[in-house]
Amino acid sequence: MIADEKFEFTSGAKRKIVYLALAGVFFLGVGLWMAMSDGHGGGHDEHAAVVNQSLVASTNAVGAEPEAAGGEHHGSAPWLKRLYTSLWHNNVFFAGIGVIGLFFIAIQYAAQAGWSAPIKRIPLAIGHWIPIAGVMMVGLWFLVKGDVFHWTHHDLYVKDTPGYDKILDGKSAYFFWPFEAGGFPIFYVIRMVAFFGLWYLFFTWIKKEMLAEDLSGNTAHFFSARKFSAIFLVIFGVTSSVAAWDWIMSIDTHWYSTMFGWYMFASWWVTGLAFITLIVVNLKDAGYLKMVNSNHLHDLGKFVFAFSIFWTYIWFGQFLLIYYANIPEETVYFITRMRTAPYSWIFFLNLLLNFVLPFLLLMTRDAKRQMSMLKVVTPIVILGHWFDFYNMITPGVMKGEGGFGFLELGLLMIFLAAFLYIVLNALSKVQLVAKNHPFMPESLNHHI
Amino acid sequence: MDKGKHYLVGVFNDEDVLLHGVEHIREKGVRIEEVYTPFPVHGLDEALGYKRSRLPIAAFLFGMTGTMLALTMQIWMLGFDWPMIIGGKNFASLPPFVPVTFELTVLLAAFGMVGTFMIVSDLKPYKWPRQFDIRSTNDKHVMAIDLASNKLSKDEIARILKENGAEEVNEKNF
Repeated sequence: MIADEKFEFTSGAKRKIVYLALAGVFFLGVGLWMAMSDGHGGGHDEHAAVVNQSLVASTNAVGAEPEAAGGEHHGSAPWLKRLYTSLWHNNVFFAGIGVIGLFFIAIQYAAQAGWSAPIKRIPLAIGHWIPIAGVMMVGLWFLVKGDVFHWTHHDLYVKDTPGYDKILDGKSAYFFWPFEAGGFPIFYVIRMVAFFGLWYLFFTWIKKEMLAEDLSGNTAHFFSARKFSAIFLVIFGVTSSVAAWDWIMSIDTHWYSTMFGWYMFASWWVTGLAFITLIVVNLKDAGYLKMVNSNHLHDLGKFVFAFSIFWTYIWFGQFLLIYYANIPEETVYFITRMRTAPYSWIFFLNLLLNFVLPFLLLMTRDAKRQMSMLKVVTPIVILGHWFDFYNMITPGVMKGEGGFGFLELGLLMIFLAAFLYIVLNALSKVQLVAKNHPFMPESLNHHI
Repeated sequence: MDKGKHYLVGVFNDEDVLLHGVEHIREKGVRIEEVYTPFPVHGLDEALGYKRSRLPIAAFLFGMTGTMLALTMQIWMLGFDWPMIIGGKNFASLPPFVPVTFELTVLLAAFGMVGTFMIVSDLKPYKWPRQFDIRSTNDKHVMAIDLASNKLSKDEIARILKENGAEEVNEKNF
């Protein structure tokens, strides 16, 4: 029953991905053009002059030092800020899906789960995005920091000047330790590099064990993969929370929420689960993964269903306390998102796509066991959480100047195409099914 | 002998034998009333031809009742009966009602489900369960066949049971 299977990354599939990327580039171009012409026709002269000036400055210096223009925090032109924000947004989102691939495998090993044995290669393939996301994250950070991260500006930390920010100065050790506040945020950057380094390290270790098992059939590989997984879970518990504070929560520098680490993790996790499910369903459609039957799909569906509700629980836990306590420094976060023009509909769409639809559509047993419903719900969840990340990042950076249009969609398509290419390419390089996995017989007889 | 119910009880030792036995016995036209096993046997429900339980539907309806009850109660209490200003919010503002609504939904769904299950399964205080064979609580699988609902004769059913792996075939009257 366990046959040697190998996923073939056909030229047809590659062509579709290239088309997706090209459409994304086209959308991005249209979006940029629209955003740029918006900036020129801004109306009042003074503002337009500033925009023009920084437009010139930043087109000369794209990729070099955009923060140079940030003397009084005008930053780059709105269209460029929007581009930076969207780049950061997409990269954090997809980095999360990548590391969730590894997290999923680690949970399966640590729990000694049997049902997932035939589908473990899919999250493994997703994990191949980790190093790429890491390199991009560090590179992008230096590009976008002046516009996206308010706290990077030096003049916030100079005492007795109009720009001095006492609250930020109090928090400065979190970014700048052990150096002086306002300089190079060494602690922050080291954390970013270390997180991706650790994730990638554990990814390679666990992957090595998984692939070695194919050849030798020795259960020793299972046990060492389990050991690495258990250690990784502890590390991930800390790093995912700190990553949430660093990469997203620090954008709204004065605002903080003790739920935020969980909140971003919940969003990443359910997106990753939806991605794994979507790939499994599509592989089955293409004739692969014969041993995956509706019992396994049921488990994946339950995961997506349950963690959509978990995300809502965390979302609501954060919202209710801030709503009820009604402290201005906290409510400002939700007022920006709920009441401000370009974001209001996204705020409510977020709840519709990530809670109402998956909750109602995946509620019945049959919906989780049939591929047709999973094929509808998982893209909704993935898109919904992309909007969730938009909602976390963009309003904090762009304030009233933000928008949603071709620019954001184009970048999403480009990132998605690159992500799919890397994942499917990695999937085609190894055996699709771990035939020597010690729990394979249990998984074949899985019945719920 | 005329009063009460007359059963033929097949005792099986192995769950695989039982599972295949159930299929073959049903193919021969014997109606099986119930099978008692000491542990869950996967696939037995399908082999016995049981329809899927409608308990989830009952649970959903009970849950919705809880949702409605909680919302009505809170909106009436804080919006109409005794309006109070709490934290500068509107009288009937929805977000603070959500935790109570959630809890009542879960509570009514759970109680409703347990109650429904007990009524459907005929479980009630002072109800003594019919014990076909006490060994079904230890290490034997026990198959109960109601003779009144079967057209085949007692001897014929006993023969079919023996042929399909029953270790013992006993009679039981209630």
